[in-house]
Amino acid sequence: MATAHLDASAIDRPRVQLGVLLLLAPALLWLVGLIVLPHVELAVLSLRARVAPRVYEWSLDQYATFIDEPLYWHTFVRTAAMSILATVSTLLIAFPVAWYIAKIARGRAKSVLFILCLIPFWVSETVRTLGWMILLRESGVLPRLLADLGITAAPVELLYHDATILVGLVYTSMLFMVVPLVSALETLDDSLIEAAYDLGGNGWSILRQIVIPHAAPGIAAGSIVVFMLTLGNYLTPTLLGGKNSLWFTEQIYTQFITRFNWEQGAAFGFLLLILSTAIVWLGLKVTGQRFGDVMRRA
Amino acid sequence: MQPILKQDLEVDRVSKRYGAHAAVDTLSFAVAHGSFFSILGPSGCGKTTLLRIVAGFLAPDDGEIRIGGRSMRDVPPNRRPVNMVFQHLALFPMMSVGENVGYGLTRRGVARAELANRVDAMLKRVGLPGAQPKRIDQLSGGQKQRVAIARSLVLEPTLLLLDEPLGALDLKLREHMKIELKQLQADFGTTFVYITHDQSEALVLSDHVAVMNAGRFEQVGTPQELYYRPATPFVAGFVGANNRVAGKAIGVDAGVVAIETAAGLRVQARASGPVATGDAVEAYVRPEVVDLARDANELPHGTQGFSGRVESLLFDGANSAVLVTEASTRAEIRIALPQTGRLADLRVDEPVAFGFDAERAVCFRSG
Repeated sequence: MATAHLDASAIDRPRVQLGVLLLLAPALLWLVGLIVLPHVELAVLSLRARVAPRVYEWSLDQYATFIDEPLYWHTFVRTAAMSILATVSTLLIAFPVAWYIAKIARGRAKSVLFILCLIPFWVSETVRTLGWMILLRESGVLPRLLADLGITAAPVELLYHDATILVGLVYTSMLFMVVPLVSALETLDDSLIEAAYDLGGNGWSILRQIVIPHAAPGIAAGSIVVFMLTLGNYLTPTLLGGKNSLWFTEQIYTQFITRFNWEQGAAFGFLLLILSTAIVWLGLKVTGQRFGDVMRRA
Repeated sequence: MQPILKQDLEVDRVSKRYGAHAAVDTLSFAVAHGSFFSILGPSGCGKTTLLRIVAGFLAPDDGEIRIGGRSMRDVPPNRRPVNMVFQHLALFPMMSVGENVGYGLTRRGVARAELANRVDAMLKRVGLPGAQPKRIDQLSGGQKQRVAIARSLVLEPTLLLLDEPLGALDLKLREHMKIELKQLQADFGTTFVYITHDQSEALVLSDHVAVMNAGRFEQVGTPQELYYRPATPFVAGFVGANNRVAGKAIGVDAGVVAIETAAGLRVQARASGPVATGDAVEAYVRPEVVDLARDANELPHGTQGFSGRVESLLFDGANSAVLVTEASTRAEIRIALPQTGRLADLRVDEPVAFGFDAERAVCFRSG
């Protein structure tokens, strides 16, 4: 009986697999065609050096350049640090917002607040960033207001600072942090908070021992998404940070587009990929989260 | 109430209104030290609101709560000598059993070694020795219940509030946990205030039961008093099964009211409260008070007798009953089957005689 059953399933299996394969075909094509193949090509590109016109050989020169040139790895480290800072700031600002939407707002107010978080995304990122520039440039709205109120003697340039880049990045990322946080906090049973309070807990200890452990997968999911978006962002740092923004994506752009040095650009692209993977992995390790759990929340 | 007894909970003219609706309406009562006090009422009667006021999650609009003689005005829940077992228990899933039970002690800053000892002792007392490292989702329903109670009792509260904690359990486990809960309460001697909509839980567990309806207590008394001497029609209808006979008082003699229904059925019942001839009244007759026989001569001497026909048989083991329609008025009455096995062979449509002692039925003025 058992063998017969085994045989039957053995016959069934290839057919099932073919069906699944057909269903997955569009996704697989997309993955292979747009992600795997370009990356293989990039990897190959990054590992060769031009020795004469149209003559290439395998080499690690591109990576050596990265290490030898302080500007490159300085930009690299700076991009990583700023991205982490932007992610943490986004989390700190989004958490109370998400808490309000998930636990305090009811009915209509809840959906209105959600829509308010979404509305900025109706406008393209370029226009949104230009909006910030109109507000913050020396002759813009905010410096003029500060000068008129007598807070500053003359209008000051608020653009092209690191803080400006951070503001822009946090603003762009809010929604991607709020959504997973709201869904994580909504599943938190209010009676758990009441029980902890009843047993002698106070606001801070309940946040630390009940709320954050419960919301941890949501926090990790939001942080990963925001970190990736920030690290790979090109427009916001370039426009708000100007020439001294020193964002690593700019280096990649410069190599590919300005210098036609595709080999160097490919190597930088790979380094950025390794960097983001390493930091996400480290973050998950430190907080004791599992990638699968986190992605289910995202 | 006797002034000698220490009152652990005193509720003094407490009200809570939501708009025009009074969830708790100028309520006063006291719970004696070491007793098991239940608040029984249908859903929406305000019992949860009352419990949350006592726990401190809601502030009353009027009145005062005193726990262990101390006023609880402006005392937040985490500073009250009260703990609560929540309806769905609200155990912390992110913590182990040991951490759950130790949570309150940690918050109080109890030293690690003493904390471990007290958690260990408490888990032993609730019959879960060595369960500290277990995760909450590894526990059965009954074990979760015990952990929830242990988590509260380890703090040695003056008062333990229980918000329908058995509601989520299946029937068999609920019966078992009822007994366990009563034993735990007797063991610890902590004052329990228990709210439920299940009359059997309230009757089995409690020393005193308050029947609550529309924000007020209809009656407070021992389970026996509620059952045998209901003070209001609501209590008579809510506690235990009852046959309701509504009609008009056509005579009152020595506390016994003669009632005639619209269909012309005449019954007699003991008056509760003032009843005068001509009043609209309702009488309540418990199914087990009614005697049933095949022949009118078999009915006990001196009871009022009726004849009827078996409408349907409701077999439920020890709780079996028959629905009988009275011969002349077609009035339907539920009668408990005798436990002796006599009349076990009763058939639908069989003619029967039935009757009951007027003293054991109760009659109220309507409205």
